[in-house]
Amino acid sequence: MTASATASQEQKAFFIRDKNGEILPLVENFYMFCTERKIMGVKCKRCGAIICPPRTLCPKCLADEFDWTELKGRGKLLTYTIIHFPPTQFQALAPYAVGIVKLEQGPQLSGMIKNVKLEDLRIGMDIQVDFETTLPKEWPRWPRYFFKPAN
Amino acid sequence: MATPMASIVSGGITKFGAREGVYTRELFAEAAKEAFSNCPNLDPRRDIQALFVGMMSESYEHQAHVAPLLVDWIGLLPIPAVRTEGACASSAVALRNAICAIRSGMYDVVMVGGVEKMTHFSTTGVTEVLAMASDFPFEQWHGISFPGIFGMMAVDHMHRYGTTEEQMAKVAVKNHEHGLLNPKAHFQKRITVDDVLSSSCVAWPLKLYDCCPRSDGASCLILTAPKIAKKFTDTPVNIVGSGQAQDTLGLFERETFSSMKVTKLASQQAYKMAGVGPGEIDVAELHDCFTIAEIMAYEDLGFCEPGKGGKLIEDGVTQIGGKIPTNTSGGLKAKGHPVGATGTAQAYEIYLQLTNQAGKRQVSGAEVGLTENVGGSASTGVVHIYQRGD
Repeated sequence: MTASATASQEQKAFFIRDKNGEILPLVENFYMFCTERKIMGVKCKRCGAIICPPRTLCPKCLADEFDWTELKGRGKLLTYTIIHFPPTQFQALAPYAVGIVKLEQGPQLSGMIKNVKLEDLRIGMDIQVDFETTLPKEWPRWPRYFFKPAN
Repeated sequence: MATPMASIVSGGITKFGAREGVYTRELFAEAAKEAFSNCPNLDPRRDIQALFVGMMSESYEHQAHVAPLLVDWIGLLPIPAVRTEGACASSAVALRNAICAIRSGMYDVVMVGGVEKMTHFSTTGVTEVLAMASDFPFEQWHGISFPGIFGMMAVDHMHRYGTTEEQMAKVAVKNHEHGLLNPKAHFQKRITVDDVLSSSCVAWPLKLYDCCPRSDGASCLILTAPKIAKKFTDTPVNIVGSGQAQDTLGLFERETFSSMKVTKLASQQAYKMAGVGPGEIDVAELHDCFTIAEIMAYEDLGFCEPGKGGKLIEDGVTQIGGKIPTNTSGGLKAKGHPVGATGTAQAYEIYLQLTNQAGKRQVSGAEVGLTENVGGSASTGVVHIYQRGD
């Protein structure tokens, strides 16, 4: 068995579902979709709001029925910072950039920005979402997404 | 000015700083003892009916359920005690709840305070505990530290308004100047703009001297119904406005990062209740956890227009002797930031100012004061307005 086959097997998504088999709008399931290299939000069946990260109650209208919708994973950098003094488990990466990205469909996410020279970071730059290929060892073992400059 | 909601008749504060070997229970008892001693007409066991106390984290001392512990260690068993947690705004939330309790008519005299013991933890350890106040799945999980959150606010503010690192540095310099005049402050040390700019980078553009320290300390107030305040002191301070608002836990879910909506909303509530505007504030204690936070507070409280906070500090408006002196205590930056103690420490500074007890840092003729205490990435915001009651 190759190393990549082991990794993909290890990362098999286990979605949390309701009694009808529908995937519930949970943070856990957002990260399960990340194992499939997808940024997924939910669309409120009542007001149409696109919510990502997903929630169990629509923050706009309080409805609780949604359809999952895949977001394109492209957006613009709204703000950023360069962390020189990180929390323990990120110390090997410092200094590293983190930022907030507004995705094309509207929702915003924060995360690490990789594959970029720190001096090239600019507010408004085009960003592409990508995914780590290895699964973290620590709880809750969610596969991390990250940002990188779009081509 | 509006009808008072509650009156401060006494208060106490420990020396803030690295208090080696002195833990939460002893720190809080030290602050309480000072509040009792400052108010000879108060018989604590007879008069105090409840304790409200703010503390952020059980992690530092592996100690939860601190309400009964602290009410015991200040000798007031078996009165009811409540702990509130609102990250860095824990004891301002306690204060607001204490005011509500008095307003309800349930109690006439209560103690409200806050405490945190942090310095036995390494800087890394404290960084981890503080980060718990940010969103775990979408901030902590991605390596975003607390300074990182305020770093992102600062970058947005710089981009939007042209705010400079020098302007942020001036907040730290000003608050250290004020701290020199406060014997209870963590730091009595003058610093320069160059010291700030050349200090090591924590989360660009924030350097070490843009960040408040980790500190140990406790603070408390004795709060009474306004109608009985004069039984305890000739010079009570009335709380005439109170506001609180919440925002998303994660910074990333907000429309703007260069302004704190909770501070705006909480101050609007407090100003309306008090019947005053920002132009009538004589002295204020603001939440300068990072220098950019004080600049944003100027704007969100209406001390200046949005984007003009950098100019306000440059023009010296907020130093002692200026039109609105802010953080006469030294602020979180120089007085120190034992997280849970900060909210009531801010209120105690205003109490001292409005009762002419602030010593070398006294703002002459101060009649109306304000405190602004923020929790997390401004997910909690609490503003109170105070007036001399003599």
